[in-house]
Amino acid sequence: MNFWAIQTLNGISFGMLLFLLAAGLSLIYGLMKILNLTHGSYYMLGGYVGLAVMRASGSFVLALLAGSAAVAVLGVVMERFFLRRFHLQELPQTMLTFGFLFIFADLALWVWGGNPQTMAKPPLLAGVTALGSLNYPTYRLFIIAAGVVVALMLWWFQDRTRVGAMLRAGVDDEEIARALGINVSLLFSLVFAMGAFLAALGGVLAGPIMGVYPGADFEVLLLGFVVVIIGGLGSLKGALVGGLLVGLLDNFGKVFFPEFALFTIFLPMALILAVRPTGLFGRE
Amino acid sequence: MTMLTIDDVHTYYGDSYILQGVSLELKPGTVVALLGRNGVGKTTLVRSIMGLTPAARGRILFKGADITRMPTWRIARAGIGLVPQGRRVFRSLTVGEHLQVTARGTGGWTLDRIVNLFPNLGSRMRSPGGKLSGGEQQMLAAARALVGNPDLLLMDEPTEGLAPLMVRDLGQAIASLKAAGTSILLVEQQLAFALRHADLVYIMSKGRIVHRCTPAELSADTETKSRYLGV
Repeated sequence: MNFWAIQTLNGISFGMLLFLLAAGLSLIYGLMKILNLTHGSYYMLGGYVGLAVMRASGSFVLALLAGSAAVAVLGVVMERFFLRRFHLQELPQTMLTFGFLFIFADLALWVWGGNPQTMAKPPLLAGVTALGSLNYPTYRLFIIAAGVVVALMLWWFQDRTRVGAMLRAGVDDEEIARALGINVSLLFSLVFAMGAFLAALGGVLAGPIMGVYPGADFEVLLLGFVVVIIGGLGSLKGALVGGLLVGLLDNFGKVFFPEFALFTIFLPMALILAVRPTGLFGRE
Repeated sequence: MTMLTIDDVHTYYGDSYILQGVSLELKPGTVVALLGRNGVGKTTLVRSIMGLTPAARGRILFKGADITRMPTWRIARAGIGLVPQGRRVFRSLTVGEHLQVTARGTGGWTLDRIVNLFPNLGSRMRSPGGKLSGGEQQMLAAARALVGNPDLLLMDEPTEGLAPLMVRDLGQAIASLKAAGTSILLVEQQLAFALRHADLVYIMSKGRIVHRCTPAELSADTETKSRYLGV
């Protein structure tokens, strides 16, 4: 019994990290039709910056904020000065993000070295929490709570604010949104900032349990794409449901069939694609 | 001063040379109809005015200011409202949200006045754009342009695909807009509808303006009608 509860919670907490990653991936594609291959790098760089800030200041909160904010700035710079020049030109944009993926990977290797590093858990969250008869790591519960809070905030922003409605208008019909006076270019930067921020937040949050290491960028990018393919590109609900599904599949896959771990993710993905080519919550 | 001056505009769409020197004037408070067969460049002209397909040569002046190469959203905010061909309402936005995201400026187009003009929309405030009927979508496309309080409204084939009853409602809306002093560039396929509402008619053929007259003159001119409009 405890085994199932623990593994389920493990899957959900990993799923929340994937949701943070996939939310931005999905939003960016939905609005700008850019497949952002640099998204995994945001996650990794968030982890490294968070780690550096944590070591320098000892403050986990500061590490979370600084890591996410620094990477958000990076995302905006990428969008403003590079991707914007190739609006709606899929191939050049994808190649650009592919190039940034390698540049950031090498820069990280150069600055932080090749050894995996682990962030210290903040003391307040280092222990275990009793859930009935179950003792479960508090930090993982914190990740789940953080994911829920972010999901609620994103939902509120998208569905209940004027800027959120403008964003949806841009996703529905970018040209007409412009023609009605909406500054869609500003929304592009906003979405890139948000997407990079959330991915980096996931990277910092993952620091204490999964560590920060070269190659994390590729790893989570792959999983992030599986999440948005299952959930449907452009849908936040899809990113959440897809994230949780992939988190659980990945976790139970590794527990039961460690030698076929990726198989347990890609087989369900193929099945879902066969039944719903646009993903669970995708359009058209 | 004119509301809109289009001065020898040339526009390409990819490699195709679509607008081959279009000139047109629209005076404040008037309704100008732009007629012509399919594919002569009417919609491209609308897109050039909005900066969606910018003109390669020539100038477009709006209230005396050059908007030829302005970004689209700035052109809209300068005071041009677009009712696009095919309506293109935002399918995930409710009617209320449509009217919220484009609301701007103070020209008297309040929500109450909009609902007065398009009563059908009032009862559908919470419905997503994608769930509306064709007629309701057309009313919404007009309403969301109006809440931006434009001085000039571009309407690209607003009657396309509408049932006769809806066309009549739309005609009433245009008449009250005109009475309120809004300038309108009306691109139309339905000759009778255009003639009923326009003060002046321009006819396009193969990327050029080929004829300019009053509605009464065009009604009487069977040759022009059959030559350029196929009626």
